[in-house]
Amino acid sequence: MEYISLSYASLGIAVLFIISAMAVSFRYRLGLERDLAVGAVRAFVQLTAIGYVLQFLFVSEKWYYVMIMLVIMLAAAIKNAVARQSIQLKGMFSTLGISIFVGSALTTSVVIGVILRVKPWYSPRYLIPLAGSILGNSMTGAALALNRLRSDITHRKPEVEAALALGATSRQAILPMVRDALRAAMLPSISSLMVVGIVHLPGMMAGQIIAGAYPVDAVRYQLMVVYMIAAAVAITSMMVVYLATNLFFTPDHMLKTEALGSDS
Amino acid sequence: MSKIEFSNVTKTRSIDGKTYNVLDDVSVAIEEGTILAIGGPSGAGKSTMLRLVNRLESVTSGSVLLDGVDVSTIDPIELRRKVGMVFQLPSLFPLTVQENLMYGPRLRGLEPSSLEAKVREMLDMVDLPDISPERPAGELSVGQQQRVAIARTLMNEPEVLLMDEPTSALDPTTSKSILKLVCDIKSKYGITVLFVSHSLEHSRLVGDRFLLIVDGRVIEESDIEAFFQGPSTELGRKFLAGELK
Repeated sequence: MEYISLSYASLGIAVLFIISAMAVSFRYRLGLERDLAVGAVRAFVQLTAIGYVLQFLFVSEKWYYVMIMLVIMLAAAIKNAVARQSIQLKGMFSTLGISIFVGSALTTSVVIGVILRVKPWYSPRYLIPLAGSILGNSMTGAALALNRLRSDITHRKPEVEAALALGATSRQAILPMVRDALRAAMLPSISSLMVVGIVHLPGMMAGQIIAGAYPVDAVRYQLMVVYMIAAAVAITSMMVVYLATNLFFTPDHMLKTEALGSDS
Repeated sequence: MSKIEFSNVTKTRSIDGKTYNVLDDVSVAIEEGTILAIGGPSGAGKSTMLRLVNRLESVTSGSVLLDGVDVSTIDPIELRRKVGMVFQLPSLFPLTVQENLMYGPRLRGLEPSSLEAKVREMLDMVDLPDISPERPAGELSVGQQQRVAIARTLMNEPEVLLMDEPTSALDPTTSKSILKLVCDIKSKYGITVLFVSHSLEHSRLVGDRFLLIVDGRVIEESDIEAFFQGPSTELGRKFLAGELK
């Protein structure tokens, strides 16, 4: 388990990469030099900070510190999923929040408790990166599913109202849009199942290999990761479309026309 | 078969923080088995009146009664099976003609195989005897699609039919044939029909009675010919002369 430790001095050389990207921006007058500089500094500060936080978690090995970290990560994921909605509606926070929480918590528990049997279960070395990866994907899936569902219901409103007028419940009336939203949310994780290992070596696997793990071991980990992501996304987006019905309909199966807004 | 009554119905809506009355203290009774044509300038609240009957929207105050029962006390799913609605656009589902027609009955758990004869009967009724039920609905012309939409609504055997500008997306010839169809449906099934149209000509062709609403208020309600012979109000005369947009 020997690997080359990267010093700050050596990292300084990597700054040349950012400078070369800035040169391209300058050459083609993209006006991105400032963003690149700010981005590089932000990345440095954020990652350094999280590095110290993780270091602290790893050393202290206290379950409550790990939990606090997970709650912060969950909150950030929910906030981000809400921010990605092109129209903000009342109730979106709880819809996305509950879905991301349930989808991630279920998957993470199975991975930690049943598959890896990590002891102690809160061991940050496993819990933090795995939960992070699950949360990130759940967040993207949830955001996609809700955005797609809302926009489809808005665009296909005549069809939805025709179904309601024929005696369909709100869930029956939006079933075709629910299917499309679920498909849209699940497709990215399915395509990544298809191309993983061919087009790219995923970050977690690359990291393990550099850290000295045997590639075949790293591969098994990565397989577990892509499978768990597929499940997390499926569970989360299913919960989103289920809960979202209440965002768009009254309990009396009336479309909340005013809530959908005059759509973009 | 059913009587509809609006009793002091007010419907408000707020847009950009401002609240205004879409319908303002509307009271009108529609006897069973009659066609009430509802006319008025755009934005007068005509469509909203229909949407309150099958509870696609809810009243702000007052009540809509179906055979004396406040519709807000009826389960919306049951209500909408009794009160069918045809929209301005056919709004068919991207399925076959037959699947569109079977949509309503299947929600009630009826088996598709038990419905095939009924599908044929309804396609005959709406004058589409030669259309294969297996055809995707999207391939039909708009006029044919509107007929399928009407047949789809009739599959639920409604007692009341709400028609929200069903002819405004159609060419004049197709419109005429749809209007005739509406009259046929009424005489065959004895359905009560609320027919919204911005076309006076269309209203006159189908209506037994005429209701004029302007800015959410009932201006007059009378026998259709009586209205066309001579409206009893100044606004009525203006509307008939085409001076209200």
